[in-house]
Amino acid sequence: MNIIAKIFNGNGGVHPPEHKLESTNTPIQLVPVPERLVLPLRQHIGNMPKVLVQAGDNVLKGQLLAEANGTVSAAVHAPTSGTIVAIDEQVIPHPSGLPDMCITLKPDGEERWITHDAVDYRTMDRAELLRRLRQSGIVGLGGATFPTHLKLSPKSSHPVVTLVLNGAECEPFITCDDLLMRERADEIVLGAQIVQSLLGTVECFIGIEDNKPEAAAAMREACTRAGFVAEVGIVPTLYPSGDARQLIRLLTGKEVPAHGRSTDIGIQCFNVATAQSIYRFFAHGETAVSRIVTITGNVARPGNYEALLGTSVDDLLKAAGGDLPDTDGYIMGGPMMGFALPSSAVPMTKAMNCVIASTPGLFPPPAMEMPCIRCAACADVCPVSLQPQDLYWFSKSNNLEKALDYNLMDCIECGCCTYVCPSHIPLVQYYRYAKSESIAQERAQTAADQARIRNDNRLARIEREKQERAQRNALRTAKTETGGDAEKQAAIQAAMERAKEQKEAVVPKNTDNLSPAVQAEIAEIDALRGDAQSTTQTTET
Amino acid sequence: MLTAILVMVGLGLALGVALGYSSLKFKVEGDPLVEKIDAILPQTQCGQCGYPGCKPYARAIANGEADINQCPPGGEPGIKLLADLLGVEPKPLNGEHGQPKPKSVAFIDEQTCIGCTLCIQACPVDAILGAAKQMHTIIAAECTGCELCLAPCPVDCISMVPLPEDIGNWKWRYPVFEIKNELKPGIKAEATA
Repeated sequence: MNIIAKIFNGNGGVHPPEHKLESTNTPIQLVPVPERLVLPLRQHIGNMPKVLVQAGDNVLKGQLLAEANGTVSAAVHAPTSGTIVAIDEQVIPHPSGLPDMCITLKPDGEERWITHDAVDYRTMDRAELLRRLRQSGIVGLGGATFPTHLKLSPKSSHPVVTLVLNGAECEPFITCDDLLMRERADEIVLGAQIVQSLLGTVECFIGIEDNKPEAAAAMREACTRAGFVAEVGIVPTLYPSGDARQLIRLLTGKEVPAHGRSTDIGIQCFNVATAQSIYRFFAHGETAVSRIVTITGNVARPGNYEALLGTSVDDLLKAAGGDLPDTDGYIMGGPMMGFALPSSAVPMTKAMNCVIASTPGLFPPPAMEMPCIRCAACADVCPVSLQPQDLYWFSKSNNLEKALDYNLMDCIECGCCTYVCPSHIPLVQYYRYAKSESIAQERAQTAADQARIRNDNRLARIEREKQERAQRNALRTAKTETGGDAEKQAAIQAAMERAKEQKEAVVPKNTDNLSPAVQAEIAEIDALRGDAQSTTQTTET
Repeated sequence: MLTAILVMVGLGLALGVALGYSSLKFKVEGDPLVEKIDAILPQTQCGQCGYPGCKPYARAIANGEADINQCPPGGEPGIKLLADLLGVEPKPLNGEHGQPKPKSVAFIDEQTCIGCTLCIQACPVDAILGAAKQMHTIIAAECTGCELCLAPCPVDCISMVPLPEDIGNWKWRYPVFEIKNELKPGIKAEATA
C-alpha cells in the first residue's frame, strides 16, 4: 500500500471500548453434552436443507440429518449420537424471534462417531471433493454463514490469486477467533494450505488486529512450522476492519467493486475458524458439529467455550457459571451488529460467535432520538463512504428509490453511524428497514413478472385452443358437405378388403408332422366344409 | 436567391428522407406506454379495476379511458408510481373498486372439493392443479391472491389464507420509539413559562 493511500485512507470506522480482556484470560473450555440439542435447519444463508431422518431414529455423531437443497444451501449433521425426538417449529436465534423448523436430538451421552475418514484433497477428483464439501455442512463461521463449498468454487472470470484469512475480529467483546488462533493456529494454517491448493491461490494474507499480539505470534509460528508462506498483516484496531471488504483493502490495498465480489479482483476471504473446520473435515472427515463461542458480559466466568451445535444458550450460560444478578437480556453477536435474543432457550447455531449477558449499566437504554443536525459525523465514520445523513432522510420518508440511488445496498450495517450520532438517531435501524423493504419490493416485482408471463401464456393457450377448435369444426363441416357418402363407401370397401386379406393370410397351425390318417381326416372335413359353403351359396342364388 | 432556395429544398429533401427512413427502421412495435404502465401494475389479474386483467387496464389508462386509482392491490404506492409515470397528480384510491388487503393465497379444502374444474378455468395464472373428478390444489407459490376462483366454486371450498410471517419473508420494522416525556424538569418549566 502506498503512502498516499495510508494518509488518505478515508475508511472511517470507530473504536468502541473493546471489552476483550474479560474473556481471554482462560483457555477454551468444553461444554458438556447437554440433555437436549435443537438444530435449526436454517443455520446458513440460502435454501432450507432437506430432512433425511424421522422422529424416533437413532443417529450417530456426524450423521447427515438434512442434506443441502439447491445451489446455496448447507447440510445439517448430528452433533452427537442419540435419538431424534422431534422435527418441528421452535424459536431460533433470529432478530424476528419467530419459530422455524428444527430437529430435536436427545443425546445418549456415548458420543459414538459415524465412520469418517480423511479426505485426500490432493488426489481426489475436484467435482467429488466439492460434492463432499457440500454435504459437510461447513459454512463461513465469521457470522455471514455462507456455504463454504461455493466459496471454494468461485464462478469468476478473474483467476483467484490471493487468499485472505480473516482473524481481525473487530467487534467488541468477541474473542472466539483470538483464542482459536492462540490455541489451534496449526490447524488453521493447515486449513489455509488446503484452501490454497483448492483455489489455486499463490499468496496468502492473514489479517489480525493489533490488539491480538499473542494470536499473531502463534499464527506466525504455525506458518513457519508448516512451511506455509503467508504474510501476517497487523491491522489497526478499528471497527469494522474485520469486514471482509475492509480487511481486503487494508491488507492488499485493493478495493472490492460495489456490485461485485472479492473474487472479481482475484481475492477470496475466509474466516480463521472456517479454515480450521475445513482442516478438520479434510484431515479427519469431521463434519460441522461444534463451534467455539464467547460467553461474556454479566456472567460469572466469561470465556470461550467449545460446544456442540444445538446446545441451548441456557446451557452455555450454565457452563460460564450462570449470569449475575441485574442481567436484563442476552445479545447474540457483538454490541455493534448483534441483536437481542428472543429467549435464552434458543439453541446455538453455526452463526453464533458470541453471547453477551447485558445489564442496563453495560448497554444503557437508547437515549431519546433528536432531530438530525446534519453534522455529517456519520459520513466521517462510514467505512464504505456512503452518505448516511442522506440515506437517513430517504429511509425515514420511505423514499426507497432515492435511497437505492444513494447506494443503500452497499451499507454493511456496521452501526458506526448510530454509534457516533450526537442526536442518538438509530440510523442503522432505518437502513435495515429500508433495505429489507426494498428487497421485499424486488421480490414482489419478480413475482409480478412471473404472474404476467403465466397470464400471457394462459391467454395465448386459450387463443390457440380456440383456433384449433375452429379449424377442426371447419374440417368436419367440409367433409359432410362434399360427398361424404362416397368417402364412407370407400372406407367400408377398404375395411372389407383388409378383412379378406387377413383371412387369407391365416395359416393353419400345428399341421406339420401329422400322421397320414389325421391328414386324410382333415382333408375330408375341408371337403365337407367346401360342400356346405357351395350348397349355401347355391340355395342363396 | 436561387441558391438559397435550392439549399433549403435540398436540406428539406435530405432530412425528410432521413426521417422517413428512421421512422421505418426504428418503428416501435406496440405501445411502449402500455408496457410501462403494465410493469407497474401488480399483475394479480384480479379485475377489481373493472377490466379483465392488468394489461387491459394498462391499455385503458394509456387511452385515457380509466383513472389511475382503480387498482386496490397496487394501493397508494402503485398510484404514486403511475402518477409519476404519467405526469399527473396522485389521487386517493377509488373505494368503489375495493380496499387493499394483506397478501393472501387461496386454499382448497380437499374434504369438500368435488373436482368440478370451474376454479381451474377461472384462475388467470394457471395456479390450480387438478382434473375433472380429481382433487384440485393450489400452487401456492404461483397464486396471486386475486380471489377469482372463489365465486365459481359451487361448494365454497376455497378460502383465502393470509400469508404468515416467517423467517424467510420477515422484514426489519420501521424504527418506532415510545414518546416519553423525559425532558429535565428545568427545561420543562422553561418551556411552559
